Amino acid sequence: MLTELEGGIGNDVLMGLAQAVGAIVLCAAVVALCRWHAVRVEREAAVSMARGLVQMVLVGMVLAVLLHGSLLIGTLILLMMTIAAAFTAARRLQQMEGALLLCFWAIAAGAGTVIAAMLATRSLRADIAILVPVGSMIIANAMNACAQAAERFRAEILAHVGQIEAGLTLGAEPAATVVPYFQSAVYASLLPRLDMLKSLGLVWIPGVMAGMMVSGASPVYAAIYQFVVVAMILAASGITGLVATILIRSRVFTSAAQLAFRPNETSTSRAALRQAHPVQ
Amino acid sequence: MLETRHLSRSVGQRLLVNDISMQVATGEILAVVGPSGAGKSSFLRLLNRLDEPTAGLVLLKATDYRSIAPQELRRRIGMVMQTAFLFPGTISANIAFGPRQRGEIMAPTQIATLLERVGLSGFADRDVGNLSGGEAQRVALARTLANAPEVLLLDEPTSALDEASVRGVEELVLGIVQERRMACVIVTHNREQAVRLADRTMIMEAGRLVAIGATREVLHAD
Repeated sequence: MLTELEGGIGNDVLMGLAQAVGAIVLCAAVVALCRWHAVRVEREAAVSMARGLVQMVLVGMVLAVLLHGSLLIGTLILLMMTIAAAFTAARRLQQMEGALLLCFWAIAAGAGTVIAAMLATRSLRADIAILVPVGSMIIANAMNACAQAAERFRAEILAHVGQIEAGLTLGAEPAATVVPYFQSAVYASLLPRLDMLKSLGLVWIPGVMAGMMVSGASPVYAAIYQFVVVAMILAASGITGLVATILIRSRVFTSAAQLAFRPNETSTSRAALRQAHPVQ
Repeated sequence: MLETRHLSRSVGQRLLVNDISMQVATGEILAVVGPSGAGKSSFLRLLNRLDEPTAGLVLLKATDYRSIAPQELRRRIGMVMQTAFLFPGTISANIAFGPRQRGEIMAPTQIATLLERVGLSGFADRDVGNLSGGEAQRVALARTLANAPEVLLLDEPTSALDEASVRGVEELVLGIVQERRMACVIVTHNREQAVRLADRTMIMEAGRLVAIGATREVLHAD
């Protein structure tokens, strides 16, 4: 195991670190340019770059050790990634109780279904060296879809409290009063992935394809496989966006069909209301 | 027809509605007046169960309204809000919204009759985006009436209208409540409007009911 780790550290790692320094210098120049225009992102950019570099080095080291691990280890790594993704996405729903679990189930449903389908159809080999990188791409995109759906749905509800309550006063079912906002949220979660699919090969050649070509695969096969991966990302995002929006919808109304998610309601009052009338 | 017993609602430490008991009979209009922040709209929302009481009861024809499905309750207790909040689309689609929720399709003649009653003949196919404030409020009233409610709740329905439109909506409310023998509760900050419309008036202050009785007596005493 130690030999594998040592094997991952060599001249190429030093060269990679030198390249990382180059990238950081360029980013720092951009941050300075932003500051020149009174856009203050120094702290956030520094933290993000430091976190990104440290996290990726750690992932590289872990992968170096686990490269020849079993499917179970690969699955555990993907599960940990899903939990981390749920924490990130749940930040968009700070006012909502149970947001972390909601995001976890949405991301797990989207990414899990698609990864399982890819394994079943042999589009993805149960080899940890492939499963983890491709799985992580799918989970990351599912996380973004979850966050985008949650953010849009929350914003639409808060912006249309009057219309939603007008529908309720006319005897509508809660779900019927948020149909346009539901559609908007799911679409918002899909749009970046649809654009990604449209621009595939024209605007960008993703990393998986580049990696396959570097390691000697046929460019045509690499291109087709890249399409499969991006299409699966779209599918995972769609499932995640739908599940997230359905779960949020079930939490914004009480069992007495009252809108519990309102800008002027304090979290204390919502908790009291929820205690008296559990959600549907 | 509609009765509250010791009705209260608190949000956090704030008591928005505090121990209110009242009754409204069929064919009667009860005005709720009081200063801003007195809890008038909060009280009205409790009657439609848009918010949940934290104590007390609301009885519709002597039945605890919590035993009635919320959708059915809100069909029977219709509410018109301060702002019309019409749905995008045509006026006829707005009016047919309530019945459609129960799987009922309104015939064009029914919609036309309702529009005629609120003074908007020929408006059925118009888009809601082209209406004045008074017209929008009339559509909101017609949309609520399409559900054939037994109780009509009006939350400051004329607060955003000009004087001519105010009088038009007031006459409409008076006529419709009489014709349909509904019980009506209207929240208003305008005491003259309470005198023009209401058989009885209740005054609220800081969430409490401070007086209730015949409109002229209550407002004169106050």
